[in-house]
Amino acid sequence: MAPPSRFGDKAFQWLTLAMALTVVVLVVLTGWQLWRGSSLAIQKFGLHFLVTSTWDPVAEQFGALPFIYGTLVSSLIALLIAVPLSIATAVYLTELAPLWIRQPLVSLIEMLAAIPSVILGLWGIFVMVPWLRDYPFPSRKRLFGWTPFFSGPIYGTSMLAGGIIIAIMILPIITSVSREILRSVPDLQREAAYALGATRWEVTRIAVLSYARKGLFGAVILGLGRALGETMAVTMVIGNTPQIAASLFKPGYTLASVIANEFTEATTDIYLGALFEIGLVLFGVTIVVNLIAQVLLKTMTTSTSATRAVQ
Amino acid sequence: MMINGAGATFPYPIYSKWFDEYAKVDPSVRFNYQSIGSGGGQKQILAQTVDFGASDGPMSDDNLSKAPGKILHIPTVAGAVVITYNLDGNPALKLDGDTIANIFLGKIKNWNDPKIAASNPGAKLPDKEIVVVHRSDGSGTTFIFTDYLSKTSGEWKEKAGNNTSVNWPTGIGGKGNEGVAGQVKQTPGALGYVELIYATQNKMPYAEIKNATGEFMKPTLESITAALATADIPDDFRFSMTNAPGKDAYPIAGATWLLVYQQQKDAAKGKKLVEFLKWSLTDGEKMAKDLQYAPLPESVQQRVLTRIGEIKM
Repeated sequence: MAPPSRFGDKAFQWLTLAMALTVVVLVVLTGWQLWRGSSLAIQKFGLHFLVTSTWDPVAEQFGALPFIYGTLVSSLIALLIAVPLSIATAVYLTELAPLWIRQPLVSLIEMLAAIPSVILGLWGIFVMVPWLRDYPFPSRKRLFGWTPFFSGPIYGTSMLAGGIIIAIMILPIITSVSREILRSVPDLQREAAYALGATRWEVTRIAVLSYARKGLFGAVILGLGRALGETMAVTMVIGNTPQIAASLFKPGYTLASVIANEFTEATTDIYLGALFEIGLVLFGVTIVVNLIAQVLLKTMTTSTSATRAVQ
Repeated sequence: MMINGAGATFPYPIYSKWFDEYAKVDPSVRFNYQSIGSGGGQKQILAQTVDFGASDGPMSDDNLSKAPGKILHIPTVAGAVVITYNLDGNPALKLDGDTIANIFLGKIKNWNDPKIAASNPGAKLPDKEIVVVHRSDGSGTTFIFTDYLSKTSGEWKEKAGNNTSVNWPTGIGGKGNEGVAGQVKQTPGALGYVELIYATQNKMPYAEIKNATGEFMKPTLESITAALATADIPDDFRFSMTNAPGKDAYPIAGATWLLVYQQQKDAAKGKKLVEFLKWSLTDGEKMAKDLQYAPLPESVQQRVLTRIGEIKM
């Protein structure tokens, strides 16, 4: 008599395999559908689509470069702002904060994540952008106006405003994932460091942050994934102008925003095809950025183990 | 019975009012309308996934040729696009088509430009940069506005042209009417275009525009209907009413259309749809003004009703 448990094990294995495969199938189907939808534009524009900057629905000339640029730059600005803030917050919450303050702070951060992006966008237009235009932007211009990044007239709506709103949106996810990771650092690590006479800062730096490095990097990548695809709030403050300008005060445009903006009213086939291809490009950019992140993560871990081996 | 439609967002408030009211006239029929945008409306009617489509711009010959049958354009109501601005003290402004085109081309950059001053003697125009704001999303509003600019400025027609979204020579893009209105309200020196109702609701100033006969007109429901009455409307009802030749016509206005097949596949449904269309063109039109839409003038109503009578089951 065959033991019944073996059948159950097999069935369970197949079931989970099937579930895991659905994810793969979904990704492939999405890519295929985008490819099919954009075939007309791919045929007409070829690789020029990726390197030209004209976006003219009337003349039906389409190029994605300003959108690719805008997506990457706004996400980079967002990471520059959000990563130090989130990780510092997570460190404070796990290592330093008195117990009574932790839970309320955590709830507040989670509430930030729950704000619908269109609401954040409206807040962006009516509160954040006017404030940025009147106070922080002019002072940055006074200090750094000699660099190309902070030159030119200030309208408020700009690449920088887009980056800032994305930063606000990815703060909660990076913070809560980082917090979970820091919490999972074994107390033995900390105790060992204290036992060696380390100060609090040294404990945090050596025993906690260094130990959790890989996980924190993962948290940043999750945030980046969100940043690349963030749409509604960004489109409301970024100025929606397809141009490549060094100045962060100039308006920009992102891949996700142009799809959201123009898809509903696009009537010609080639126009729709171009928008589909923008989707395909966004899909590609996300995959490439994630692959780069994986490689970085690999080199980071191997170099760490190498240093360990040397020590 | 359920009749499905999809398309334009601009007429959505009045269409839903009509569906509500019509339920009292004929309780046996219910309407389901999805305001997914004019592009979507055209696509859905071409694919025959809806019983009627709706669009803020007439369908192109190219798109019509893809249809499996003849598609009729039924104009329902019209609306105006206004030029709104943000200046200290909000002075009343008068603008003509050439000046507006030059502002949106980026050639008139400053509020104290002599071209603006020429039609506004006495107005205090500051030495300030004009911050141009336009729609970033594809929209019927942009279609109407760029249609007007293409008619009044050869340079605009050549450089940017007319579509639901164009390659803007200058300015920043706001999403939706609310985005442009918000942007203009928040930015000193800004100038942009929105649907009339957004300017009135937000208490924003809007310019009088010089019409084809040289009169400066305020956008009102009357001056829009006047534009409809004098516009050149062909028999297929695919018309543009910008820069209409009437003396009392406001020049930046556009109609919105329902799209239906002349040959209905489902006889019972087709009969109900025709009854509804006839009702909306007569009783329905009377509700337009309350919702800030301009109704069709009598003459156009009659022509449209005749056309509706040609729908076959």
